[in-house]
Amino acid sequence: MQTPDGLDDLYQDIILDHYRSPRNQGVLEYPHLHGEGFNPFCGDQVDLTLTLSGDGRIDGVGFLGQGCSISQASGSMLSDQLKGKTIDEAEEFVRTFKGIMQGSDVSQEQEEELGEIAALQGVKQFPVRIKCALLSWTTLQDAINEYRKTVS
Amino acid sequence: MYDVSVIRNDFPILSRQVNGRPLVYLDNAATSQKPQSMIDALVNYYSGYNSNVHRGVHTLSMEATDAYEEARQKIATFINAPSPDNLIFVRNTSEAINLVEYSWAAANLKKGDRVVATEMEHHSNLVPWQHAVAKAEAELKLMKMAEDYSLDLSDLDELLTPQTKLVAFTQMSNVLGTITPAKEIIAAAHRVGALALVDAAQSVPHMPIDVQDLDCDFLAFSGHKMGGPMGIGVLYVKREVLEEMEPFLRGGEMVLEVTYENASWADLPMRFEAGTPSVADSIGLGAAIDYLTTLGMDNIRQHEVKLTSYAIERFKEIEEISTYGPGDMSIRGGVMSFTMGNVHPHDIGQVLDQAGVAIRTGHHCAMPLVRSRLHLPATARASFYLYNTEAEVDSLIDGLKTTLRFFGDANTRRA
Ligand SMILES: Cc1ncc(COP(=O)(O)O)c(C=O)c1O
Repeated sequence: MQTPDGLDDLYQDIILDHYRSPRNQGVLEYPHLHGEGFNPFCGDQVDLTLTLSGDGRIDGVGFLGQGCSISQASGSMLSDQLKGKTIDEAEEFVRTFKGIMQGSDVSQEQEEELGEIAALQGVKQFPVRIKCALLSWTTLQDAINEYRKTVS
Repeated sequence: MYDVSVIRNDFPILSRQVNGRPLVYLDNAATSQKPQSMIDALVNYYSGYNSNVHRGVHTLSMEATDAYEEARQKIATFINAPSPDNLIFVRNTSEAINLVEYSWAAANLKKGDRVVATEMEHHSNLVPWQHAVAKAEAELKLMKMAEDYSLDLSDLDELLTPQTKLVAFTQMSNVLGTITPAKEIIAAAHRVGALALVDAAQSVPHMPIDVQDLDCDFLAFSGHKMGGPMGIGVLYVKREVLEEMEPFLRGGEMVLEVTYENASWADLPMRFEAGTPSVADSIGLGAAIDYLTTLGMDNIRQHEVKLTSYAIERFKEIEEISTYGPGDMSIRGGVMSFTMGNVHPHDIGQVLDQAGVAIRTGHHCAMPLVRSRLHLPATARASFYLYNTEAEVDSLIDGLKTTLRFFGDANTRRA
């Protein structure tokens, strides 16, 4: 059987690449931010740890997870683009991505900011998989919320 | 003669396409497809004699009441209940089991009592008992799954103490396909004075069931898994048990006489059917039962045994596949849970869907079994019914091979 139509939009090469070799693998030992996400329905799991430099920018990222290709590639791609961002910027990044996955139009500028993460837009055609793509992002948001509670 | 190619013509949905391919529907454990005769029964009811039942003297109401009660009679005959009065119409298996919890267990479970279920239960036959024992300060114990995915009866005698009031178990696991030795378990329950509840959601649609031969006290199933409509299910209860049970829901239809202060209850089984029932759906279930009876439950079971054996053989062609279920077809239904290397079941389901093949992925509403016993986050599950064919199994296998190729060395990714 040939590869069925439509799959190439969902499983773009860059996504499969991140799935096969996730970036920033591991759990950081002394993280400033830590989030664990779990989707009981499909058993997808992610663990995200971040450290901050003196000037409040993310300088270390650990990502560890288990689950479907979309959830894991999305987490790996996210982990790859967090370094150098402030907490506020990371939060804005989460907002942009969630907006896109929930159907907002993307500006040229936003698409550029997303970089290879834009490849996940194909997931929108497969509504049940959107929560797979969002798992790491909501986990990051949870970690930010927790962090804000402890520092404020 | 059992001719699947003819049978398939009775199911209009089977001729549709999905993603440009012919639909291969292998998610029958979740719900079955519907024969035209069942769909017609619903349409005929609404277009010909729709009316509320039991309360009217007019013609439509009498016709509707007759058809409604005739459906109950058909179901009684189908599972060999002594009388239609043993049957309570509910929405589904889950509601049937909840009815037993509220109307029987709440009054009969006391502190220190025990309920026994199995490790294979669907959440529907586990969560209500967790709730019941918590309320009564009783305990819930589980029969174990054996290495070969059968039910381990070796410690049944220790499990069934004199404190055991109820043994509630599935007759066929919706994850493993395991058929449990229901008669033996029910007899053992009765020996210690416990009642026995059979979750027959997966068994009644797929094999002949005789409640008198089983001697169970409760048996629950859903119409939608056997060609009937969604929203109709059945609870069978033994007469002497039913007579002692409190109503579940109170209101119209279930009363005999009502004053401003008090009410007395209608006869059985109406006492357990408060409010306007799902008349059309009950009639639809009756039509589905007519259909199944025409095919013959023994023939359906035989067809599924043959098809599942074929699938088991074909699955062996793919080295990366692990399957979870008994190898002995005499204790197995048409359910195939599997995993394939490290390809996540979600991804398997997605690629198959793109090829028109519908399977289910996840924990199949049996989270503890999948996670704590199979030690998996999820499985993929193909499940068969009376209209599936070997050619459809071939499409499934082709789709799985494509999936493997597609995910390529993702398969050799970190464990
Ligand atoms: C073994 C078993 N029990 C109970 C149920 C629950 O049935 P329903 O969802 O119709 O209440 C199912 C359905 O998946 C089942 O397979």
